[in-house]
Amino acid sequence: MIKARFDLSYPSFELHAELQLPAHGITALFGPSGSGKTTLLRCIAGLERIANGMLQVKDEVWQDGANFLPVHRRPLGYVFQEASLFPHLSVRQNLEYGLKRIPPAQRRVQAEQAVEWLGLSRLIARDSPAGLSGGERQRVAIARALLTSPRLLLMDEPLSALDAASKRDILPYLERLHGELDIPVIYVSHALDEVARLADQLVLMEQGCVIASGALNEILGRLDLPTAHLDDAGAVIEAGVAVHDEEYHLTRLDFSGGSLWVSRVERTIGSVVRARVLARDVSIATVAPQGTSISNILAVRIAGIRDEGPDRVNLRLTVGGSQVLLSRITRRSRDQLGLMPGMEVFAQVKSAALIA
Amino acid sequence: MESAFSSADLSAIWLAFKLAAVVTVILLLVGTPIAWWLARTRSFWKGPVGAVVALPIVLPPTVIGFYLLVAMGPNGPLGQLTQALGIGLLPFTFAGLVVGSVFYSLPFVVQPLQNAFEAIPERALETAATLRASALDTFFSVALPLARPGLLTASVLGFAHTVGEFGVVLMIGGNIPDKTRVVSVQIYDHVEAMEYAAAHWLSAGMVAFAFVVLLLLYTFNPSGQRK
Repeated sequence: MIKARFDLSYPSFELHAELQLPAHGITALFGPSGSGKTTLLRCIAGLERIANGMLQVKDEVWQDGANFLPVHRRPLGYVFQEASLFPHLSVRQNLEYGLKRIPPAQRRVQAEQAVEWLGLSRLIARDSPAGLSGGERQRVAIARALLTSPRLLLMDEPLSALDAASKRDILPYLERLHGELDIPVIYVSHALDEVARLADQLVLMEQGCVIASGALNEILGRLDLPTAHLDDAGAVIEAGVAVHDEEYHLTRLDFSGGSLWVSRVERTIGSVVRARVLARDVSIATVAPQGTSISNILAVRIAGIRDEGPDRVNLRLTVGGSQVLLSRITRRSRDQLGLMPGMEVFAQVKSAALIA
Repeated sequence: MESAFSSADLSAIWLAFKLAAVVTVILLLVGTPIAWWLARTRSFWKGPVGAVVALPIVLPPTVIGFYLLVAMGPNGPLGQLTQALGIGLLPFTFAGLVVGSVFYSLPFVVQPLQNAFEAIPERALETAATLRASALDTFFSVALPLARPGLLTASVLGFAHTVGEFGVVLMIGGNIPDKTRVVSVQIYDHVEAMEYAAAHWLSAGMVAFAFVVLLLLYTFNPSGQRK
């Protein structure tokens, strides 16, 4: 368990954050620019020293009252927005900078391991990081942080300075770390698609305050939070790969309460994947649709309705026992169909994207 | 060539370079922490300390020499300290020249270093801290290597400036052969004695030295090539 409390009041900026996070998995700090995500992360790292703060990571107190563990004594890894490689060191020396500074007995990640995880074997012989692309630099920076065998990994928008192609390159590496590392990660982001792909828990921030925190699905499925107002609002479904249809190049994903057909994915039957269903891609029918091109039709129950601007409403739908979907339809459709909370209807999912 | 420099000339050249070498080493040791502090501090004292360090740039060397002479004299604070330590008095000794030159050349070492340290992004130091480097470790493993161009500039300027100084030397060193008579004083002596040819040789030598030093500095210092 990671417990944190930070209170800071400047005329121009306030931070009031109280958090309890599980000490495993990836927790995303999500919010608009200026919401205090990065400041909170820097407080956790000890890069900002706030007098009024408390931080406990598992059973170690890193800050409390007058006690303040300096940054270099905290067993953490930090990945900055820009890779911040040392220009005067070779790629290998960059990787080993932190590794050399921890006693061999405490090393739980080996250099070869990190090089393999982040695909650096072709880059490690470079004399200088100057020639590396943005994505390559960030991979080196992540490996460098991992080589300190951190007990907490902090990542401050590690992808936001990268172009779309570099982002696509690097995301699989992050997902892989998620699977192979048993290190809790706190990941700052303002991109919902990244968060939906990577995070297990979500902490929402606004104007320096934590406004909600909880499991990813639970937060993304709520209508009363800012995430529901985003253009790419939507739910994430964890499902198992059930069937590959080779003829039509499709794959069926099964979850409790239903299944979804998505474009053929290269995953073995039985593996667990995440699919993202955007609210704007889900429409509603009160009777089972006939003669439709939409192949993903789920029997759902309306759990909540909330206005979204003058012309639209968001619906919260439950599928089976636990799974939640969001749907965004016009207010007129809601009234014409007479949709009310508690009604059993059909959700037509126009598209679902496999994200992880 | 053999007749170009007299043995007194050679002795003066040797003395000037010895003085410059000692002073440069001391200045790097003293100036680096001052420059680091000036580059990083947000203290009220940054302005006053920076101004004091820069004073020798604008003050006439005779003024600095005069006050150092007074301070190192039998009734001055430095003089009383050196006497109490059993060193004796510093004026008109090589050690006195070293002390005077350290003050006089301090800004030429501190300012390039300060600029180099200020150019190091805070992020590099923070990154080192997150990789378990203590402040001292970060200074030696990140800050100093990144400030290398500034370090080189500081050493060269400190050295060359000390070789060329005249006013301070004359005030506190006098003109004692083999002890305090450096090249610039020797040139002055030649001119006073109307030995223009000898003065030419030494002066032209100084011009060539200064040119070559600056040429090497500008050619090999990577500061201009770094982005």
